[in-house]
Amino acid sequence: MSEAAKTPYKPPVNELGPGQTSYTSITDKISGVVFTKHTPIFWFVSFAIGFLLLHGLMIGAPYLLYEGTGIWGLNNPVGWGWAIINFVWWIGIGHAGTLISAVLLLFRQKWRTSINRAAEAMTIFAVLCAAQFPLLHTGRPWLAAYWLLPYPNSMAMWVNFRSPLIWDVFAVTTYLTVSLVFWYVGLVPDFASFRDRAKNRIAQVVYGFLSLGWRGSAFHWERYELASLILAGLSTPLVLSVHSVVSFDFATGIIPGWHTTIFPPYFVAGAIFAGFAMVLTLMIPLRRVYGLYDFITERHLNNMSKVMLASGLIVAYGYFMEIVIAQYSGSIWEMYMMRNRMGGPYGNYYWALILCNIAVPQLLWFRHFRLHPVWLWFICQFINVGMWLERFIIVVTSLHRDYLPSSWDMFHPTIWDAAIYIGTIGLFTILFFLFIRGFPMISIHEIRTLLKTGNHK
Amino acid sequence: MHHEEESPYHGVMAQFDNPDDLVAAAKATYAAGYRKLDAYSPLPVHGLADAIGYKRTRLPWLVFCMGLLGAIAGYSLCYWVSVIDYPMNIGGRPFHSGPSFIPVTFEVTILFSAMTAAFGMLIANGLPQPYHPVFNVENFARASSDLFFLCIEAEDEKFDLDETTRFLQSLNPQEVSHVEN
Amino acid sequence: MMPDINSRKQLELADVRDRISSESGQAYWRSLDELAQTDEFAQLVQREFPEQADELKDPVTRRNFLKLMGASFALGGLSGCTIQPGEKIVPQVRAPEDIIPGKPLFYATAYPQHGVGTGILVESHMGRPTKIEGNPLHPASRGGTSGVVQASILDLYDPDRSQTVKNGGRISTWSSFLDNFMHQLGLQGVKEGAGLRILTQTVTSPTQGALLAEIGKKYPKAQWHQYEAVNRDNYHAGSSLAYGRHVNAVYDFSKADLVLSLDSDFANSGPASARYARDFAAKRRVRDGQKAMNRLYVAESSPTATGSLADHRLALGGKAIEALALHIAQALGVSSQGVGQVDSGAPAKWVSALISDLKSHRGRSIVTAGDAASPGVHALVHAINAALGNVGQTVHLSDPIEVQPALHMDSLQTLVSAMDAGQVDLLVILGGNPVYDAPIDLNFADALAKVDTRVHLSLSENETSDQCHWHVPESHYLEAWGDLRSHDGLASIVQPLIEPLYKTKSALDFLAVMADKAGTPGLELVRQYWESQALDANFATYWRRALHDGVLPGTEAVKRTPKVVGAIQLADDFGQMPEEDVVELQLRPDPMVGDGRHANNGWLQETPRPITKLTWDNAALVSPATALRLRLQNERLAELRLGDNTLRVPVWIVPGQADNVVTLHLGFGRQRGGRVAEGSGFNAYLLSTAQQPNGGLGLQINPSFDQYPLACTQEHHSMEGRSLVRESSLEHYKSHPHFVHEGWYAHDPPDDLTLYNRTDHQYDGYAWGMIIDLGSCMGCNACSIACQAENNIPVVGKSQVLNGREMAWIRIDRYYKGELDDPGIVHQPVPCMQCENAPCEVVCPVAATVHSAEGLNDMVYNRCVGTRYCANNCPYKVRRFNFLLYTDKESESLKLQRNPDVTVRSRGVMEKCTYCVQRINMARIEAKTSGKDIADGQIVTACEQACPTESIVFGNINDPQSRVSRYKASELNYGILTDLNTRPRTTYLAGLKNPNPEITES
Repeated sequence: MSEAAKTPYKPPVNELGPGQTSYTSITDKISGVVFTKHTPIFWFVSFAIGFLLLHGLMIGAPYLLYEGTGIWGLNNPVGWGWAIINFVWWIGIGHAGTLISAVLLLFRQKWRTSINRAAEAMTIFAVLCAAQFPLLHTGRPWLAAYWLLPYPNSMAMWVNFRSPLIWDVFAVTTYLTVSLVFWYVGLVPDFASFRDRAKNRIAQVVYGFLSLGWRGSAFHWERYELASLILAGLSTPLVLSVHSVVSFDFATGIIPGWHTTIFPPYFVAGAIFAGFAMVLTLMIPLRRVYGLYDFITERHLNNMSKVMLASGLIVAYGYFMEIVIAQYSGSIWEMYMMRNRMGGPYGNYYWALILCNIAVPQLLWFRHFRLHPVWLWFICQFINVGMWLERFIIVVTSLHRDYLPSSWDMFHPTIWDAAIYIGTIGLFTILFFLFIRGFPMISIHEIRTLLKTGNHK
Repeated sequence: MHHEEESPYHGVMAQFDNPDDLVAAAKATYAAGYRKLDAYSPLPVHGLADAIGYKRTRLPWLVFCMGLLGAIAGYSLCYWVSVIDYPMNIGGRPFHSGPSFIPVTFEVTILFSAMTAAFGMLIANGLPQPYHPVFNVENFARASSDLFFLCIEAEDEKFDLDETTRFLQSLNPQEVSHVEN
Repeated sequence: MMPDINSRKQLELADVRDRISSESGQAYWRSLDELAQTDEFAQLVQREFPEQADELKDPVTRRNFLKLMGASFALGGLSGCTIQPGEKIVPQVRAPEDIIPGKPLFYATAYPQHGVGTGILVESHMGRPTKIEGNPLHPASRGGTSGVVQASILDLYDPDRSQTVKNGGRISTWSSFLDNFMHQLGLQGVKEGAGLRILTQTVTSPTQGALLAEIGKKYPKAQWHQYEAVNRDNYHAGSSLAYGRHVNAVYDFSKADLVLSLDSDFANSGPASARYARDFAAKRRVRDGQKAMNRLYVAESSPTATGSLADHRLALGGKAIEALALHIAQALGVSSQGVGQVDSGAPAKWVSALISDLKSHRGRSIVTAGDAASPGVHALVHAINAALGNVGQTVHLSDPIEVQPALHMDSLQTLVSAMDAGQVDLLVILGGNPVYDAPIDLNFADALAKVDTRVHLSLSENETSDQCHWHVPESHYLEAWGDLRSHDGLASIVQPLIEPLYKTKSALDFLAVMADKAGTPGLELVRQYWESQALDANFATYWRRALHDGVLPGTEAVKRTPKVVGAIQLADDFGQMPEEDVVELQLRPDPMVGDGRHANNGWLQETPRPITKLTWDNAALVSPATALRLRLQNERLAELRLGDNTLRVPVWIVPGQADNVVTLHLGFGRQRGGRVAEGSGFNAYLLSTAQQPNGGLGLQINPSFDQYPLACTQEHHSMEGRSLVRESSLEHYKSHPHFVHEGWYAHDPPDDLTLYNRTDHQYDGYAWGMIIDLGSCMGCNACSIACQAENNIPVVGKSQVLNGREMAWIRIDRYYKGELDDPGIVHQPVPCMQCENAPCEVVCPVAATVHSAEGLNDMVYNRCVGTRYCANNCPYKVRRFNFLLYTDKESESLKLQRNPDVTVRSRGVMEKCTYCVQRINMARIEAKTSGKDIADGQIVTACEQACPTESIVFGNINDPQSRVSRYKASELNYGILTDLNTRPRTTYLAGLKNPNPEITES
């Protein structure tokens, strides 16, 4: 009613692009992605592709359950194949989300706010994809699903707490739960914004329900921020532990190439590496399609590239140390394993891995590549492939030639190995694009705080 | 809605378009002796809660204790299962394989404390709360996007509809409105 | 190439036949009768059967002799009874008289291996035979068995067995067959059987012999032919060369300190292999205080199980082996005519050392030749043994054990020519499969088509049944009564363990009917025969004892000590080395499926061959050098051309194969004969001719680039410098008793090395352990098949083996050492090591594999969810996963074979060696009921029981007196991968060789 209400308040801007000048514009822009009559063709195409790929899983999984894991290329020395490779790959990817939202929050990295929401969503979907593999790879998940949990049963049997796979069960389920809660807590205030802007009744009800009646009370905000900080504080060790535990699956084994103490740190570094690559893989196109240049600025690309470069170098150090340790150990098993990796039948996989994970990322030393979305996107693809190869090398080349030469054999994946893998990629894509369509893909209330910092110099 | 008998109003609400005005207004109101206040903003505003008499929550302690409980629960599960209830010779390892029990213990610890933090916060905030009178204010829908509100509630001893309304207008808000129950 | 004297004898036989045929209308039988009085025949007989010729001279007993002769020309028959009566048979002592559910009974019977008996004990669960063990009382077994014997139980339950009489391929009935057949016989009766021929395989059964004799009288003009593709023609011809008569040689390896094998796989082929292997191994085992070893020289073309045991092995072609034999013979003063000096191309030092070694072991050595070696070699071997004074010491000669010793190839050719000439109206084929395994140039099938009525008795429908009007299903040897002679002539009763599963007939039933004994049950026939032999005053007890023990005492063949004929007549080309690039083809029986009779046996098909580790296929085995010269590559098809016959087969390069020798195994490429047999491998008979049934010189090979995958269970041949198989020479062992733990082997950690508090797990009751003697393991795989039978291990098929998914619980690793062209071959059986610190157990999330109080690494099938983590983490890779539903849950008959004491595993479950925990529990129960402790040797694992060389020993390592403890106390004891601190319960005794210093020191 008063004049002032007509002219919105304009604080100066530093974190965001020039386009974002007011709380109003921020809210409009981000909720506009959802509350629009014109869903971009890109969305439909991507979703369609995802749905197509999903069939790999929808056909592959039932056939697997019907026939058994024999449909895969597994054999006697190589008891673990793509299923475990994909499991580790997805889990690794998942980690970036938590790292961005938790670790960067602890480090007060404001720029994280533009990407953490999408990254967390990515985490959850990646973990969902990952979680299927340990169950599917038994071929009889109906047993695995409940025998892996410690509960009093008629057989009076308990799980074996000495097995890394049980540690996995605990780590992954905890990780999934905590990530979900963290993500949802972050979403509550934005659901409130959606609730209040939704025109159509159903949307209002749904978002109203999801927002838990959030009204932005100062007291609520206070406790809310405290809880977020605690969750961040807890998620950080959690995410480190999860990938350490995953690496224990190998590190606690006695197979040369698995039995390595450096696995936990370099698996975690690899997770960050892979995760940021996947975040960029997703955000670069979205940024373009939805014109999010003000939220995901060159600075974001630059920072993420630097993180990738750093974690990439740690991974490279890990590879190097594997060689050093193998030679230094003086153990014939270790030394042969390393020789076999580099010069054995899977040698070219190893060198492809070096190319993808070590050589190509070095381009990130150059500002040009860090800021150039297209270049950056392609570098990320190299890393996505490279990280998959890393797990392939660890799982397959270690197993196919271990202690007794009499048992050495090769691993030949089948179409079903590929189908189920591709299927999970489809699942991931679908879930992610559904998320974009219905959820605030950028944390609105946190972006608002960026705007606010403007006049608190 | 327990105030209904006393008054038809939940309180009086002033609308601002930026956090700084809100904080200033909040401080003034508190200084004026009003205690039953609440402020609403689309983003966390630092110092705002303190300005209207926020008392530190004991949530962190609760989280810590639950974490501790998780740790104990995790380890004792491993121990009871492996040593007491059904000890088995697994790979010649001792029944009490301490180091092997750590990962599970750790994960349970995190799980317990994280859940406590999240749900503790919601409970402390009294959420979910489907209805609240402030939603009756016409502009309040924008409290979740770009408007800021300060509400003096009817429960306050000093609360008097006209008096309080006038007081709020004195803080040059964009607008003052009565919040019906 | 038949040596002269042979062909001369043939000629005379031919004369005889000419004379007969010239006497128009005169019948063969009667003519023989007449001929028996002529001088030629007398001479012929003199040379052939002197001992019986004496009877011939005596007019009184002449009839008996003629009866015998008649038998050999008689007809097969058929019995009228359609249901085997359930006679009572006598169980083995170690099992109770009457069936107690869950308690198996053991019966003694005999397995017919090429017609010769091997004594076995058969485990029967509630009337179902499930497992075969060796019979310790039987001379051909002494408790051990070969893999083939182990697998024969599966033939009984083979779903592809024929179950009904068929007429022209259409299902018919026994009675309608009888009507037709009796009618035909009636017609023949009028002609005195002139148009009748009977074709059998080798017959040693005395009862069958007797029946044949009677039938001979009934159908005087009939002829009896014998044919087996894998026969002993060369041996018989050879002994005729050397002694002018058929003799049967039995070797006593327990007295031999030196053995020379000329292409003979004596330890792993032939009816007596189990016994021979046992005696041979016992003489070279450095344990139980024994410090001496025998010495084995082997000259062979393709590496065999026996060859891998050799202290000195030479890879030589067939001609070189002839030359070597001659060289040795000459050095030992054996006189021969036909050829002079020859050069085998074997290292002079080697040969001279061997000869001096032989000379210094007179009477304590054995020289033996393989069945496929040429008659000349066999003759020379006879002469060499005689010259060395081994005869009567280590080599025992006796009358032939066959009812009628015959040269099978001649016999078959005679039959074929008769059929071609249209002289045959009715042909009865008792067993065998000539259409498949007769030499290609005889065109047996075409000749067969000229016979009016063709009757075929066989276990399953095969190529021959397809060509016959009548197919009669044959009873498995575990279903019918019979008797057999073992390699040394000792007779055994073949007791049935089960009523015939289908309406089947045994050969004995046939003969009985034809001998007008229709309706007489097999038991009666056998018993009456032996009663008539008057071997014992009190026949009832004798008979009972015989059934119980599985042997008929006093029936051994009479020992003879004939004199070697003056000079051994050798063929002109004997020992004449071919040109450099002339390639020799050797057709040999497959170590598992033999001449093809076992081709439908999945266990045998899938058992890795001892040296090549191939399964499911045969291949042209060539040496690396030859492959290089002829541009041959593994798993590429090559066209073999010998004479006018060609065959495309895949190539497999075998280190240790003689250069310019292609070995191709028989028994594959079956067109008919069951789901397993059909389509696996290539039919090598397409290259065999009547003149060269075992192949010959001048093989043309055209390589191609066409791929053919071969399912080999071991891709990698080198030990990669890992101390897995540890071995040394006897000399070195004496000077360095602890070599097993010295130098390169020194990295075994001390036993008390541990980070853990061990008090949690004390094994103070029984502690089971196993030790495997690498010194005597020859990689025959008998243990592996025994394990498969005992533990219900499924067959997975070629495609799965190709994918490395074979299920064997105990596998035999084979490594090559030394140069590629002349490698040493070592074998290492690898069962579960039952590690005390089992890496597999720790990683199982659901505790599906845990340790028992007795130190067993137990696998809990119904708890397993199939993460396969245990298999990954097993450094010995002994765990096997059911990637698919491998167990055949459809075929009813196979269910009967399964061991009820062992869980049948389903898809998605991990499995592995259990140390035969079911046998341990059985013993524990017995011990509990008897109140005594389990004695050493009371528990015998399936692999241990089968092992012909007693290389596997199982027992309680907490009992210092047990064999296993004693052997583990030996300096030779070591475990593999102990540096991983797995503390394996299965350990090995390092292998020892006993090389001749004259050869080794250079």
